Amino acid sequence: MELRLVQDLKKLLGSDAVLHEPEDLVLYEYDGSVEVARPNCVVFPRTKEHIVGLVGIANRYRTPIVGRGAGTGLSGGALARRGGILTIFSKMNRILEVDVENHRAVVQPGVVNADLSAAVAHTGLHFAPDPSSQKACTIGGNVSENSGGPHTLAYGVTTNHVLELEMVLPTGELIRIGSSALDSPGYDLPGLFVGSEGTLGLLTEITVKLTRLPESVKTLLAIFDTLDDTTETVVDITARGITPAACEMLDGYTLRAVEAYVHAGFPIDSAAVLLIDVDGVRDGVESQAEEVAEICRAHRAREVRVAKDSRERDLLWKGRKNAFGAVGRLSTTYYVQDGVIPRTKLPATLRRITEISERYGFPIGNIFHAGDGNLHPLILFDARDENQLKRVIAAADEIIQFCIEMGGSITGEHGVGMEKDRLMPLLFSEADLDLMRGVRDAFNPIGLLNPEKIFPNKKGCGEIHIRPLPVAGASVA
Amino acid sequence: MTTASKTASSRLPDIVGAAHVSTDPAELSACAVDGKLPTVTARPGSTEEVIEIVKYAAAEKLALIASGARTKLGIGSSPERYDVALDMTRLNRIIAYDPGDLTLSVEAGTPLRNVAEALAQHRQFLPLAVPYFDRATVGGSIASGVDTPLRQFYGTARDYVLGMEFALGEGVRSKSGGNVVKNVTGYDLHKLMIGSLGTLGVITRVNFKTFPMPVASRGFVATFESLDHAIEMRNRVAQSPLTPMTFDLLSPRVADLFSTPAAERLATSPMPAGVLSPGHWALTIGYSGKENVLSRYEAELRRMAAESAADNVTVLADRVRAAAFAFKREFIPIVLDSTPATTIVKISVLPARLKDALTSAIKAAETNQLRWAVMARSLGVIYFALLPAEFNQASHRQAVATTNHILAAGASFGANMTIPWCPSEWKSALKIWGPERHDLAQMQKVKKVFDPLGIFSPGRFIGGI
Repeated sequence: MELRLVQDLKKLLGSDAVLHEPEDLVLYEYDGSVEVARPNCVVFPRTKEHIVGLVGIANRYRTPIVGRGAGTGLSGGALARRGGILTIFSKMNRILEVDVENHRAVVQPGVVNADLSAAVAHTGLHFAPDPSSQKACTIGGNVSENSGGPHTLAYGVTTNHVLELEMVLPTGELIRIGSSALDSPGYDLPGLFVGSEGTLGLLTEITVKLTRLPESVKTLLAIFDTLDDTTETVVDITARGITPAACEMLDGYTLRAVEAYVHAGFPIDSAAVLLIDVDGVRDGVESQAEEVAEICRAHRAREVRVAKDSRERDLLWKGRKNAFGAVGRLSTTYYVQDGVIPRTKLPATLRRITEISERYGFPIGNIFHAGDGNLHPLILFDARDENQLKRVIAAADEIIQFCIEMGGSITGEHGVGMEKDRLMPLLFSEADLDLMRGVRDAFNPIGLLNPEKIFPNKKGCGEIHIRPLPVAGASVA
Repeated sequence: MTTASKTASSRLPDIVGAAHVSTDPAELSACAVDGKLPTVTARPGSTEEVIEIVKYAAAEKLALIASGARTKLGIGSSPERYDVALDMTRLNRIIAYDPGDLTLSVEAGTPLRNVAEALAQHRQFLPLAVPYFDRATVGGSIASGVDTPLRQFYGTARDYVLGMEFALGEGVRSKSGGNVVKNVTGYDLHKLMIGSLGTLGVITRVNFKTFPMPVASRGFVATFESLDHAIEMRNRVAQSPLTPMTFDLLSPRVADLFSTPAAERLATSPMPAGVLSPGHWALTIGYSGKENVLSRYEAELRRMAAESAADNVTVLADRVRAAAFAFKREFIPIVLDSTPATTIVKISVLPARLKDALTSAIKAAETNQLRWAVMARSLGVIYFALLPAEFNQASHRQAVATTNHILAAGASFGANMTIPWCPSEWKSALKIWGPERHDLAQMQKVKKVFDPLGIFSPGRFIGGI
């Protein structure tokens, strides 16, 4: 006999839209991070009415409900940490409206990031946030995590491109905040909800800005023999007031992995490369590319290549965007850190990461958004060895500790999720966290929606007012 | 003296020092908000003192309104209560400025002009070119949520504020964000503070992303006999690969408004001659880059102007452009100064509805025999100024009728409409927050978390918040 909860879910969504057998659930206990948490059931709603219904059921059973797009997140944001109903938006993936004249699009949360840009490419527009996972990740996930990407250096992160949201609050109300026209009167609620990591509401509709594609793009590959020369170049580009559209760094370790996988033409004997896009009106791009190349050469770049055409450019970027996958071929598991530092601190921070890598004996690949100081050290380890997992987290924590000492932050784009909640007190006082918890509780009063995320549990007080469900598959009369 | 004022004035000197507390009538009336006077003013010298004042106000249930240069206190509803005027101008230090990282952390009472000077030494700037620029402070510019002509390229404060520190609740010091250019740690509570009119707490410090100054800039002004032709050119530019820094539409009467001594005082320079012509619409476009980029812009803009039947075209060299820019920046103060009863409706629409929105607003004004002037951002934000010659019953009736008409028409095409500036006495009769908002309940939830006792600028915000 099935759980009554499962019966209710099937009644709402149809039985093919509900998973509850352990062998199915095990597929949904992971995301892109090293965290694990198994839901009690997995559901695939198709309409906003379904979302309202699901929230109703969650309330009736006082069981957690967690939203999830493609599950590419890197901080456990879309994992059911306390079990409950994992709500997958993959069937709510329609582009509802494209308004070319006004540079707007209205999408369901399950629309894949790259699909929106592809759908409007013929109009000369695109959706600017471009996470490396953009071929899989969803716009709902991007909004929840306030995702970035290589080109956010010049174009901004997700929050700079979201105008209006429709969502279901954990109380069951369907609400709209913000507006398609600019300057919605009152508090900037979209500013609060974007990046709230699925803790305030379940999205049902998103209105985004579309951005005109630049008239011209040039992609440069600057090749260096030392890490210091590479990082000093980034500092200098920033200091001279040049804002490339993207400025990515790949170190030698990562380069070799990428080259073996993608064959993008990366030099495998170098210490590091910078992959730099400059874009804008035709007339300015040429001279800006030359200016950037000059700076690279002044910092002893061995060679500065300029992609000859869009095919060459796409290949270089394919190498960058598949880098995590490439590294995945070298090691059974890796841990991606997501620290941010002021850009002038790049050389010191990379040196510290090298030192930590040597001390712990873990290889660390560095591939990251150098232009905005957003690091992604990939620490390679074997997760089957429990001792290694502990030590890898210690190594990652040391990196984060250093970022904070440099005046940085614990996450630039991957989110806090369930990975870094324990690190929040390093940046925020208890009063800061209490205010944020207060805001969460105002919208998510009994903690049913995505519980135990972002904020560390307060000592001795159970913040989740929900009762645990029996494990999935157990029989309840 | 009321009981509240007695207790207020007796405790505040202990916190900020007697020299920084005043009940002098002249001081009090200088801090008036919509004619309502506080009972005492206090000038804290540190965040700690702000916290102490808030604790004290919370204990005594005193209503606080924080202000800087007090240039934008007219925005919003009239306060329900007002006990303590919190003058933030002693919190005026630049805490940290790292030109290499392009980040800046400043205290809320710091004048924007001081910030601009510090940044200019490193050829950087903050795109917070708000009205009353010469006097405005950082905190007031953020809390009032005003936009600037530079939003065309740089966005609004929400796009370049990296973090904030504020005092709220019963005297809690809190913060959100950080001082790095990319950060998703915790909720972006600072975004809520932008444009909140001080109703959520007192901003004590703001962290910004700074920007390199462009190597060179130019201005381009095209004038048109009809709105239709101006909009035609606006659309051509918007559909082109050009990415201007500023892009605004000015209505026929603006040429006259910009040539008065008062306007020149506000803009701190004379309006360059022959740029705007009375009786004509004008599109004003700022752009920047190296010489070859500037030439490309000029050529393209000239072509588009000709195709859109422009009457006259002027290209402004950098210094002249900067002077003309100051007039655009000061449009609001200039029109407020031009009549005793200027009423400005802010209408935000999708760019494709700019013409409809303007046409219907103009019709409403002319039907009610009111003079009007417009500055509209190409992105779809219209400042529609009604300019009654006198402040009296008749002009009041005209303003109410006109704004009601604009609101009704705008609702049909999804416009956001507010009346940020009008005579205080008219606020109760004008729908200054526009049509009812469906997300008001969510805003009330936010307010309750930040200000459970209702002591921060009570009643000044949307829906009586």
